[in-house]
Amino acid sequence: MAANEEEAVKYVWEGAIPLQIHLHKSEVASHPPPPPALVLAPRIGYLPLLVHLIKPYFKDSLPPGEDSIWFDYKGLPLKWYIPTGVLFDLLCAEPERPWNLTIHFRGYPSNVLIPCEGEDSIKWNFVNSLKEAAYIINGNCKNVMNMSQSDQEDLWTSVMNGDLDAYTRLSPKIKMENIEDEFSRKASVSSPQSRQGGTEIDVAGQVKTARVPVRLYVRSVSKDFENLEDVPEMDTWDEISYLNRPVEFLRKEGSNFIILKMRCTVLMIFTWLYGKCFTLRDAIESLLPEYIRDRAQTSGEEGEQRTTDASDVSQETRGELKLVRIQGIEMKLEIPFSWVVNNLMNPEFYLHVSVLVKEPQR
Amino acid sequence: MDSAGEVLNDGKITLEGFTVAARAFADKWKRHNLSFPSWSWVPLINRTLLKKEECYLSLEKIIILSSLEGSAEEESLGVTADWWEKEESIDHTVLNVEDEAHYYDYHIVYSASYMVPMLYFRGYSSDGKPLSLDVIKRDLPSSSVSLLLESKWTFITQEEHPYLNRPWFKLHPCGTEEWIKLLSESSSSDGCQMPVELYLVSWFSVVGQVVGLRTPLEMLI
Repeated sequence: MAANEEEAVKYVWEGAIPLQIHLHKSEVASHPPPPPALVLAPRIGYLPLLVHLIKPYFKDSLPPGEDSIWFDYKGLPLKWYIPTGVLFDLLCAEPERPWNLTIHFRGYPSNVLIPCEGEDSIKWNFVNSLKEAAYIINGNCKNVMNMSQSDQEDLWTSVMNGDLDAYTRLSPKIKMENIEDEFSRKASVSSPQSRQGGTEIDVAGQVKTARVPVRLYVRSVSKDFENLEDVPEMDTWDEISYLNRPVEFLRKEGSNFIILKMRCTVLMIFTWLYGKCFTLRDAIESLLPEYIRDRAQTSGEEGEQRTTDASDVSQETRGELKLVRIQGIEMKLEIPFSWVVNNLMNPEFYLHVSVLVKEPQR
Repeated sequence: MDSAGEVLNDGKITLEGFTVAARAFADKWKRHNLSFPSWSWVPLINRTLLKKEECYLSLEKIIILSSLEGSAEEESLGVTADWWEKEESIDHTVLNVEDEAHYYDYHIVYSASYMVPMLYFRGYSSDGKPLSLDVIKRDLPSSSVSLLLESKWTFITQEEHPYLNRPWFKLHPCGTEEWIKLLSESSSSDGCQMPVELYLVSWFSVVGQVVGLRTPLEMLI
């Protein structure tokens, strides 16, 4: 991996969200009530994993009985199997720091949330997602099935502890095929690995179809907004369209391009001058075709179609991508999708994308 | 022959193929399973963001009478035609104290990741309270229960419904395409691909048995 890519992955693993966790008032059994717990939550981690850090703050206040822990944000029960960073990007249009959450030790809403029996549930969910990702990339999940129990354990532990070094040492054992990255292919001279892929190569040597695991979380608003803080709050999960669907794209051989690297806070922005590239925008639009593209239009050159010509009536009837967030970064949509995937995916090989769209006017 | 490559050589199916197969399945079911409620095609119409073809098959409010004492051995194993008649002769106002009506909903949903259909189901009692897996297991045919115990991987899992934001139970999809492929190979003598219209029928003839839903043989023609 090129040095700048290692840096990106390191930023992803080190990403964290400051949480301010309040005990739900119905569960406060002490006077005065306990102050909130302050916890730094890894973006790639999961909320229930933080319980051992949080509980000490509240244990003297809890009523007697057995714990069944869950979290809510402004009344919305949080799905524990979604990585913390994704929850934050999705639910806080305007990032709230610290993020104020409420913890409950009783009254688990089992009619809406699947049960969580501690670390085992989260590990199971992680391994399952890894298998699904493997199936998408490799065409089967043998690579995960064939991992030894101890390797799986070690892999999970590295994720739980946010230990990127351990994870990097273990990831060759997962034997996940590479999602061909045009830029690393260019950078690494004649590496045989870069020719493989979650792609099929037919006889003529033309690369065919790559499948990439993506989880898309889409919030839609009906009215336009000036500031993110004007985005209304979410009351239920029914307001989110969740798409767990791979992005498929054709990889072309022999694109010529020039890389321009511009340092811009955290993110490297790559632009290309020659040849076509499958961008993040292309990827998202492939998952939301009805919505983003007017069906009546022919699929012409994407650049020319997307004009801001006021006289173009169909422009108003189309929906609009207002915001795309991955790992807390507001993404420029023209970035090559393969770079996004290889650098910003989560440890289970899924790319989680939070999208805010404005509904088409009807 | 399959139409437009919708059923793939390895037993998987495309979304377009699933749509065709699902409609064919629902039609055949209606025609050959007259004493039974029919499957409905539920479009995700509120979900303006999704492709128009994004839908799932739904069969709801199937009643299984469960004896609180014994296992599902002699009692209502599944909803076969015979059982259905038995249900009709029961006066619901005079239900046995030992018997309890359990209601089941079944959804057949397409998995874009695995490229095969998946069966989601849930059970609830007459007051709407969800049934736990232990209770559901007692309603399942005994053969499924032993599979559950012997299987290396968890066979039935509790997961969130892909569209309804609620916990449902799901049959593990791993291996689906392999036995579909086997079914396809064994049923065609001239090496033809399984016609897409029969894909879900074949699939359900196996999967349905796990949850006690029998597929009439006439549907397989």
